[in-house]
Amino acid sequence: MSVDTAAQPVAETSHEPELVQLLTPEGQRVPHEHYDSLVADVTADDIRAMYRELVLARRVDSEAVSLQRQGELGLWPSLLGQEAAQIGSARALRPQDHVFPTYREHGVALHRDVDPVRLLALFRGVDQGSWDPAQSHFHLYTIVIGAQTLHATGYAMGVQRDGAIGTGDPGRDTAVMAYFGDGATSQGSVSEAFIWAGVTNAPVVFFCQNNQWAISEPLERQTRVPLYKRAAGFGFPGVRVDGNDVLACLAVSREALQRARDGEGPTLVEAFTYRMGAHTTSDDPTRYRLNAELEHWRLKDPVERVKAYMVRNDLADQAFFDELSDESDQLAERMRAECRSLPEPAPTSIFDHVYVEPTPGLVEQRDGMAAYLDSFADEEVHQ
Amino acid sequence: MSAESMTIAKAVNAGLRRAMEGDDHVLVMGEDVGRLGGVFRVTDGLQKDFGEDRVIDTPLAEGGIIGTAVGLALRGYRPVCEIQFDGFVFPGYDQIVSQVAKMHFRSGGRLRLPIVIRIPYGGSIGAVEHHSESPEAYFAHTPGLKVVTCSNALDAYWMVQQAVALDDPVVFFEPKRRYYEKAEVDPAVDAADVLALESARVTLPGDDVTVAAYGPMVKTCLDAASAAADEGRSIEVVDLRSLSPLELGTVYESVRRTGRLVVVHEAQRTLGIGAEVAARVTEECFYSLEAPVQRVTGYDTPYPPARVEEQYLPDLDRVLDAVDRSLAY
Ligand SMILES: Cc1ncc(C[n+]2csc(CCOP(=O)(O)OP(=O)(O)O)c2C)c(N)n1
Ligand SMILES: [Mg+2]
Repeated sequence: MSVDTAAQPVAETSHEPELVQLLTPEGQRVPHEHYDSLVADVTADDIRAMYRELVLARRVDSEAVSLQRQGELGLWPSLLGQEAAQIGSARALRPQDHVFPTYREHGVALHRDVDPVRLLALFRGVDQGSWDPAQSHFHLYTIVIGAQTLHATGYAMGVQRDGAIGTGDPGRDTAVMAYFGDGATSQGSVSEAFIWAGVTNAPVVFFCQNNQWAISEPLERQTRVPLYKRAAGFGFPGVRVDGNDVLACLAVSREALQRARDGEGPTLVEAFTYRMGAHTTSDDPTRYRLNAELEHWRLKDPVERVKAYMVRNDLADQAFFDELSDESDQLAERMRAECRSLPEPAPTSIFDHVYVEPTPGLVEQRDGMAAYLDSFADEEVHQ
Repeated sequence: MSAESMTIAKAVNAGLRRAMEGDDHVLVMGEDVGRLGGVFRVTDGLQKDFGEDRVIDTPLAEGGIIGTAVGLALRGYRPVCEIQFDGFVFPGYDQIVSQVAKMHFRSGGRLRLPIVIRIPYGGSIGAVEHHSESPEAYFAHTPGLKVVTCSNALDAYWMVQQAVALDDPVVFFEPKRRYYEKAEVDPAVDAADVLALESARVTLPGDDVTVAAYGPMVKTCLDAASAAADEGRSIEVVDLRSLSPLELGTVYESVRRTGRLVVVHEAQRTLGIGAEVAARVTEECFYSLEAPVQRVTGYDTPYPPARVEEQYLPDLDRVLDAVDRSLAY
């Protein structure tokens, strides 16, 4: 492999973006002195698998957006544009690693085998998170900005105490991944997480998807320095990666997670990407950002560049793309059908799980609600 | 200017605009309040007209929003902070409870914090977690904070101006599910003739039962009263408006006539505003009461998923059910 030619300066920001890139927007593999070795084992099969997940993540997202439009969901936060950051980082995880997501990590969820229908249930308002984090190693979505970064850090402190780092056993050593956004970096809780992780040397990777926007506020409202540089002040490494480059995200995440598993402590990864859609289906981005910006980022599409790379290098035939297209149609169809037939929660279910054991007061309230609702049923019968 | 029909969202906007015109030390600050005009568009157009120095898109940190508002207030400004949704006030809760509420007291009265903290609150909008809560009791339980809430556009317009003019910190709760309901607002009315911020109002006079509510539940109770009227029962609806101080004179006067009281709020029942109202009415109107005070509230659970929120929230039927229980006692 030849010497480093990778770090292409990106002109669109005032921050000097020393970002790690392995695949150009045109789908060209560029060498990188340091990070090439981290993806040296990636085969054509792996590339196809990555592409498949990118396509499926995008499809889950677009299907959910249309379900919201059809009134089946209350809300949906689209991941459009952030597929590579999510799939690249998720593919660097080992089964035992634990993930703490925001509300937008649908691609990571997909990779962790959380059924997309479980995500739909949450945004339909049927429940508030119905997957089992212990089983998928994928925590519940956290909507309060930044809170989960502390949870991830504490979980990592537990991993430390269990002796599940630095043993050299690839099936045992465990890292924790905290996802959060650029806006979240302003929250006190996120700074506290950085401090805790730094002081305790906890095995946690802070994976920030800098999608340039926190609803209507551009990055400039949150920071004067490139976000990855903040890590230095907390005493651990920070790295900025092209968040639209799945291979680079894989490489950078692998390194950071392995550092954590080896007991070398936390890393901040800033995945430099773009929120191609609205903040959520309730948002109207035309009120605050220019279409030109969107067009600029469209040229860096994270899915298209892998396809271009595959075509360029003959890594897949038409049959592969056709099959994938069928698979994604089937997934979308299953999502539609299963979303519509999600069982409605029983009103009295709101009293379940407030505490481990129901309290007498809650039992009384539940019985009161049941009796009250029954009184309507009686009325209907009598009429 | 003549009377104009406006929504609650527009009325808060117009009230803020007038407060900003009247005093150039009034600032608006929060997440997305500037360029976007807030997620509910309550601050729409203010940044355009008053500039980025006075309408500040802050970094995403509620503790920072409230904490810097304290400093700005100490420097002579009158910050109006927007918390985007009820459930997101808690990262700023420490600043509100430990700093904002106590500054005047601990400085022996030397320091004043004329800060308004606007919070869209309450449910029935089909939202995900943390977007539908009613945390007013936490604040009303904290001495040093004034806590008020409007139920209609007319009050929204005047109360927000009164809150900004006050030298005490005010937590100003806005009933988000009612944001787009309209009422006539006449800005030409003399501000001195407007009902005082801390006063309750008899919104609908009646004889048989008093129903006290605030914020989003006032409309629900008015609807219940009109349904009850069809069946020959006369409900008096009192809009509490101010939760701290909670001036219950209007309620006492009403209960002494009707002998019956139902208190309604979306917030959880236990140790809520309703409990305080019931206790004080029992103390003050014991011999007038014909029935125990009834509460119609959210249940003592976390705010539930959207698909069951209508069963969690008080509605017309639950209010009437409580009225019936009171009358049957
Ligand atoms: C504590 C808190 N305050 C405010 C909000 C409302 N809110 C939801 S998402 C968001 C912007 C988040 O931006 P960022 O961290 O960049 O993540 P992104 O949505 O871009 O993925 C805000 C302000 C919230 N969820 N939690
Ligand atoms: Mg963002």
